[in-house]
Amino acid sequence: MTNLKPVDVAIIGGGWSGLAMAKEITTRSGLNVVVLERGMPRKTSDYALGMDELDYAHRLRMMQNIADETITHRHSVRDVAAPVRQYGSFLPGTGVGGAGEHWNGAAFRFMPEMFTLRSHMNRKHGAAKLPADLDVQDWGVTYDELEPYYWYSEQMMGVSGKAGNLRGKILPGGNPFEAPRQNEYPTPPLKNSQAMDLFEAAAKRLGHHPYTSPAANLSQTYTNPDGVTRPACAYCGFCERFGCMVGAKSQPSNTLLPVLQRQKNFELRTGSWVRKIVHKDGRATGVQYVGANGEEFFQPAGLVVLASFTLNNVRLLALSKIGTQYDPSTRKGTLGRYLTHQVDSATRVFMDKPLNLFMGSGALAMRLPDFDGDRGLKPEEGLLRFGMLFMLAPGSRPIANFAALPQGAAPKNWGPEWKKAALQWADRVITIGLAGEHLSYRGNFMDLDPTYTDKFGDPLLRFTLNWTEHEHKQRDFAAKLAVPLGRAMGGKTDEYRNPRANYNVINYQTTHVQGGTSMGASPDMSVVNRYSQHWNMSNLFVIGASTFPQNPSHNPTLTVLAHTYFAADALIKRYLKNPGKLA
Amino acid sequence: MRRREFLTIPATALGGTLLYTLAGEPFRLQAQDGKVKVPLRFFTEAEAKQAQAICALIFPSDASGPGATEAGVVIYIDRQLAGPYGADKYRYTKGPFTNTVPEHGYQGKENPRQVYRQGLQSLGNFAALPAAEQVKKLESIEKTHFFQMVRTHTIEGMFADPMHGGNAGLIGWQMIGFPGPQMSYREEIDRHRGQPYRPKPASLEQIMHRKPALMEDEKS
Repeated sequence: MTNLKPVDVAIIGGGWSGLAMAKEITTRSGLNVVVLERGMPRKTSDYALGMDELDYAHRLRMMQNIADETITHRHSVRDVAAPVRQYGSFLPGTGVGGAGEHWNGAAFRFMPEMFTLRSHMNRKHGAAKLPADLDVQDWGVTYDELEPYYWYSEQMMGVSGKAGNLRGKILPGGNPFEAPRQNEYPTPPLKNSQAMDLFEAAAKRLGHHPYTSPAANLSQTYTNPDGVTRPACAYCGFCERFGCMVGAKSQPSNTLLPVLQRQKNFELRTGSWVRKIVHKDGRATGVQYVGANGEEFFQPAGLVVLASFTLNNVRLLALSKIGTQYDPSTRKGTLGRYLTHQVDSATRVFMDKPLNLFMGSGALAMRLPDFDGDRGLKPEEGLLRFGMLFMLAPGSRPIANFAALPQGAAPKNWGPEWKKAALQWADRVITIGLAGEHLSYRGNFMDLDPTYTDKFGDPLLRFTLNWTEHEHKQRDFAAKLAVPLGRAMGGKTDEYRNPRANYNVINYQTTHVQGGTSMGASPDMSVVNRYSQHWNMSNLFVIGASTFPQNPSHNPTLTVLAHTYFAADALIKRYLKNPGKLA
Repeated sequence: MRRREFLTIPATALGGTLLYTLAGEPFRLQAQDGKVKVPLRFFTEAEAKQAQAICALIFPSDASGPGATEAGVVIYIDRQLAGPYGADKYRYTKGPFTNTVPEHGYQGKENPRQVYRQGLQSLGNFAALPAAEQVKKLESIEKTHFFQMVRTHTIEGMFADPMHGGNAGLIGWQMIGFPGPQMSYREEIDRHRGQPYRPKPASLEQIMHRKPALMEDEKS
C-alpha cells in the first residue's frame, strides 16, 4: 500500500453532498480537499449521445455495476438473506455527480413536522397509542434552522416552482400547505403537459389542491449566485436514468463542478474505491482506497467526510468498525437502524385519445398535497401518516411503456391479441402514483452480510426489510383517492386489488433509501449529531439520506443538500476554529 | 475460433418505410428484392431461426402491423447475447446460489447465453412445427425464465434505437408514434394539445450525426 501526502480533508463520494461540501470548504477556507469517487468523470457534452433508452434505462449504464457490489435482502431476522443479483427496487448511481446526474430533479422541502416527527406523533396520538415497533425520531434540527440552507440549495440549482406560502401568506399556484418560504422560487414553474392539465382540472373538481411540482429542471435560462449559467429545459423526456444533454436539469457536473474546477485546493480522483476509514484513538486518520489501476493507497487526512450513497455510508462505517451495530432484539446500537425506503403505488388511467406522453421533464408533475403527512386523514383509514399522490410527466419511453394494458384486454401477454391491444393503448395510459411516507420500524435495519462479499472480498450490506400493514393501508387509501380522480379525468381505471405483498427487490420503486447513520439529539439513538458529525469521532462527518431517521413522502435530494450546507457552515465557522464536538 | 454463421433473411423483412392508410392499415413502401446475409455474433444459424420463430409468435406480423421478423429482433438479441450483457458482466454472480423467495428475482447461475442455448435446445425442432403446435409449446413454457427473457428481449428489439440491431427502419417507433430521441419539444408541448404529434421518427444517429459506443460492443 502506498502512503500518500496528507491532505486537510478527504471526501468519500463525488455526488451532490460530497461536491457541495467540497465547494463550501475549498471556496471558504484555505484547506485542500480531495474527493475520492469510485466511478468515471462526467460532463454535459457526454450526454447527447446518451439518449438511448436501452443502454441507459434498461442496461443501467450510469449505475454502479452490480457485479462488483450489491446488497443482500431478507424479510425478517428469521430468514436467510439472498443477494440482489440485478437491480430492481432502487438504482445506486456512480461516477462524478453520482445519482445527482441521473435523477429526475424533484426538489422539495420537507414539512416542518418531519424534523420532529416523534414529538409530533406523540402529541397527536399520545405516546401510548403508537405501535410499539414504530421507530421514528426527532432529528435534533428544525425546519426554521434549515430554511436558509434550503434557499441556498434552491438558488444553486435554480429550482423552478411557485411559492404556496411566502412568509405566511398563502399564494395561488403553489402548495398552500407547504412550510413558509422566505423567498419566491428562483425560476417559475415548468410548463404543464396536457395530461397534467386533465389531472389538475379533475383534482380541483373533486376539491383538492393540485400544484406543479418544484423541479431542479430550469423553466428558463438561469444564472446562479456562483455565476454558472444554464439553459431552459427542452422537455425531451430523457431525465431519469440519463444525464441532461443541455444542462437544464441541475446536476453536480453542471452546477458545482464548474466552480470546483477553478479551485487550486480541490482535487477529484475518479476510479477510487474507498474500502476503509482508518482511525486511531477515536480520530479518523485517513482513508484506504483502491485506485483505478488496482493499486492500494492510504490517504492521510485531518478530516474525513463520508458522502456516498446511503448503502455505502452505512457499509463503510461497519467495515471500518466505527460505531455500534444496531441489534433489533435488544434495541441497542445505532449503526444500521431506521432503514426506510418509500411507499409507492400506481393506479393506471386509460384514456381514449393519445396524449404525446413522450414529451416531458423528469420532475414535471402535478402533486396533491391534501393528504400529506397526517392532514385530512380520517380515523377509519387506520393511517398514522400518508403522503402525496402525483401524476408525472417525465417523458414516456417506448420500451418501458409498451403494453400497459387494461385488465383483461388480451388473453395472454404475447401474441396477436396482445400486440393489437398494446398498439391500441399506446400513448394513452397515465399513472397516478403515490409518494408515501415510509415510517421506520424496529425490525427494518441494515448490517453486514455473513456470507456474500464484493469484488474485493469485503462483506456486503444486508437489508432486513418488509412492509407492514400500515404501508398496505397507505396503498389502499391511495387507490381510494386515485380511482375517482382517474374517472374525473375521463379515463378508465383497473379494478383495485391489493395483494398485501412482501417487499420485493425486483420492481423499481424509488431510489430513496434512507437511514442507517441517522441524525438525532442523543448518541444513544443516533449516529451523527445535528451537524452530521459522528458522535464518537469528531473529525468524521457523514452526510446524505443515510442520516434520515425516516422517509418523508417528499423526494430527499434538496434536504440532503440543505443538511450538507448546514453542516458545512458549522464546520467552517466553528469546527475549524475549535476542532471538537459541535453538539 | 467458432465457424462464421449467417442468418439469411429476405430484404423485405428488414424495415423499409412504413406507411398507414387512412383506415389505419399499415403497408410498406418500396419493398426491396433480394436477400440479406447477416453475420451472427452468438447464435448458430439454426438457433437464430429457432429464436426468430419464437419472437414472431410473441410479436407477430399481421393486420395490425409488422412484427419481430421485419424489425430484425433476432439480430438485436444475437448482439446482446454476444456482448457483456450476455456473459452476465452486469449481474452479481457470486455464490452461493440458493433457492430463495420469488421477491428476490432470478437467482440462477446461468447467464443469458446459457439460458438461451438451453431454452432453444429444450424446444427441439421448434421452427419446423406447424403454427398451432408452436403456440401450444410456447404456452407450456410461458412461466419459465427463458420465455420471459425472450419476451422482454422481443419488446426491446422492437423499440430500442435501431443502432442496437432491431427496430429496423424505425418500424417499432412508427407503429406507436414515438418520434425518437428528439432534442426538444419546447414549442410542441404547448402546440399539440388535444391532437397527436407524430413527426417522422429519427434515430439517435440521424439526429446527432454520429453513433455512440454501445454497451454490446464492449469487450465481454
